[in-house]
Amino acid sequence: MGEDKFTAIIIGAGPAGSTAAYLLAREGLDVLLIEKGASPGSKNMFGGRMYSHALQQIMPDFWEEAPVERPVVREVITFITEDRSLSITCQDESWSRPPYHSFTLLRAEFDAWLAAKAEEAGAVLAYGIRVDGLLMEKGRVAGVRAGTDEMLADVVIAADGVNSIIAQQAGLRKELEPCQVATGAKEVIALPPETISQRFQVSGNGGVAQLFVGSCTKGMPGGGFLYTNKNTISLGVVVNAAALQQNQYRPVDLVEDFKAHPHIAPLIEGGEVVEYSAHLVPEAGLHMMPQLYGDGILVVGDAAGFVLNLGYQVRGMDLAIASGAAAARTIKEAKSKGDFSRQSLSCYQEYLKESFVLRDMEAYKNAPAFLENKRLFSAYPQLATSLASKMFTVDGNQPVHLLGKIIDQLKTNQVGWFQLACDAWKGGRVL
Amino acid sequence: MLGINKFAVDDEEAHIVLKKELCALCQAKPCTRACPAALYTLKEGDISFDYAGCLECGTCRVICPQKGAINWQYPRGGFGIIFRYG
Repeated sequence: MGEDKFTAIIIGAGPAGSTAAYLLAREGLDVLLIEKGASPGSKNMFGGRMYSHALQQIMPDFWEEAPVERPVVREVITFITEDRSLSITCQDESWSRPPYHSFTLLRAEFDAWLAAKAEEAGAVLAYGIRVDGLLMEKGRVAGVRAGTDEMLADVVIAADGVNSIIAQQAGLRKELEPCQVATGAKEVIALPPETISQRFQVSGNGGVAQLFVGSCTKGMPGGGFLYTNKNTISLGVVVNAAALQQNQYRPVDLVEDFKAHPHIAPLIEGGEVVEYSAHLVPEAGLHMMPQLYGDGILVVGDAAGFVLNLGYQVRGMDLAIASGAAAARTIKEAKSKGDFSRQSLSCYQEYLKESFVLRDMEAYKNAPAFLENKRLFSAYPQLATSLASKMFTVDGNQPVHLLGKIIDQLKTNQVGWFQLACDAWKGGRVL
Repeated sequence: MLGINKFAVDDEEAHIVLKKELCALCQAKPCTRACPAALYTLKEGDISFDYAGCLECGTCRVICPQKGAINWQYPRGGFGIIFRYG
C-alpha cells in the first residue's frame, strides 16, 4: 500500500461498508474498502431476506441488476411443537410487483455485487486483507494497520460486523454479553426451482419467508426460519447465546431436528445440503448500541448493533445500508469542513435519526426485553397449537364451545388468563 | 456436515488459541455444546479444539465463562471459511 492518505478507510465489505464506500466514491472522495475475506461476501451470511426500501433509496430499481433470489410474496408465522403446528399466512399481491417489498438473497453473491458497485463508483477495493488494528495519532484514529502495512485516512468506518473488534479497540464498545447476541446456524439446501415453487404453492419466481417459534429451539429464546431462494432453500435456527451457554442443546442438532420435523421434512425432501453456516446476530437493540462515533471513526451496521428482531419481523440489511448512507453523508460534510473530530462527526447520530435507523430502533427498544419471556417459546406455542387442534378435531366426544375449549387449554397448559392478557398487552405495545 | 463447506485453511497460524490451563478450571465448558461447528470436544477431560472447520461466528468468544481462555481473532486475510452461498 502506498503513502497516500485516503479520506475514508472502510473496514468490511458488507452492506453497510459497501454502501458507504459507494456513496463516498460517487462524491469523488478517495475511499479504501478493505475486506478480510478471499473475496467480498465470502465471510457473510444471514437468515435470508432483505427489505428493499433502504437500497431502493440509494439505487432505484436495484433488482434489475442485483443478484437477488425471489421477491417475498408470502409471509408465514408458525407456532410449532413436536407434533403440531399452527400457521398464520399473509399474502399481498403488491409484494410481487415493483417496488418489491423484500427479496430473499444469498450474501456471497449479493455482497460481492454491492462491493463491485462501490469499486465501479471509484472506491479502491482491497480484499484478502485483515485489518489488525487502528493507527492512533494524538488520541484520534488516523488509519489502519494490516500486518506490516499502515494506511492513513481522515476517518475510518468500522463496518466489521457483529464481533466488531475494531469498535472495541477504539474504546467505543465493550465486550459482547451472551444475552445480547444470538447464534444463527443455517443450511442451504438445493432443489430445482419448479419443485420449490410447487411445494410452496407460489407462481413463477415468488418467494416465501417463514418464521417458526416453539419446539425448534426446545423452548429457548429464538426461532426457526425458512426462506425460498431461486434454486435453494435457506433454513436454520437462531438461539440466544446465553440460552445456549446455559443449556445442553447443540446448534447443529437443533438444525437437524428442525429439518426432521414432520412438517418441515417434506418441504426439503430430496434436497442436497450445499452449505452449513453460522453467524452471531446482535439482538439487544439500543441496549447494546456502542458509541457511534469518535475522533476519526464511525461505527455502522451490525458493528453498531443495528438489527431489529420483533419475532414476526427480522431486519438487519436495510438498517445496515441506511447506516452506511448516514455515515457517508456525515463524512462528506466533515470533508467540506475539513474537520473529522468527534464533535464534527456527531451529526452521524442526527442523520441516523432522520433516516429511519435510530427512529425504528428507538420505537422497538423494549422488544428485546419482551422477547426474553420464556412463555413465548414454550407455553404459548403449546397453547395455540393444541387449541387449534381441538377446534378442528371431531371425535364423537361431548361438544365443547370455543370459550370452553380456550378455558380448558389454558388450564392444561398452565397459563393464567391474567398472565396471557398482560403478555398480549405488553406485546401489542412494544412489538 | 462441514465437509460440504469451502475453507482455505491457514496451516501456519491458528486464529483461535486456547489457554488450556484456564479451560481446565472451567466446570461448565459451554463451548463443547454451543459451537455451531462442534469444534470443541472433550478428550479425557481436556478441551480439544480444531480451528480448521471454524465458521468464524464468534459464539465461543462470547459464551466462554473463563475470561481470557479463548484468544479469538479472525483468520489472516484470505484464509478461513469461504461462503459460496451465505
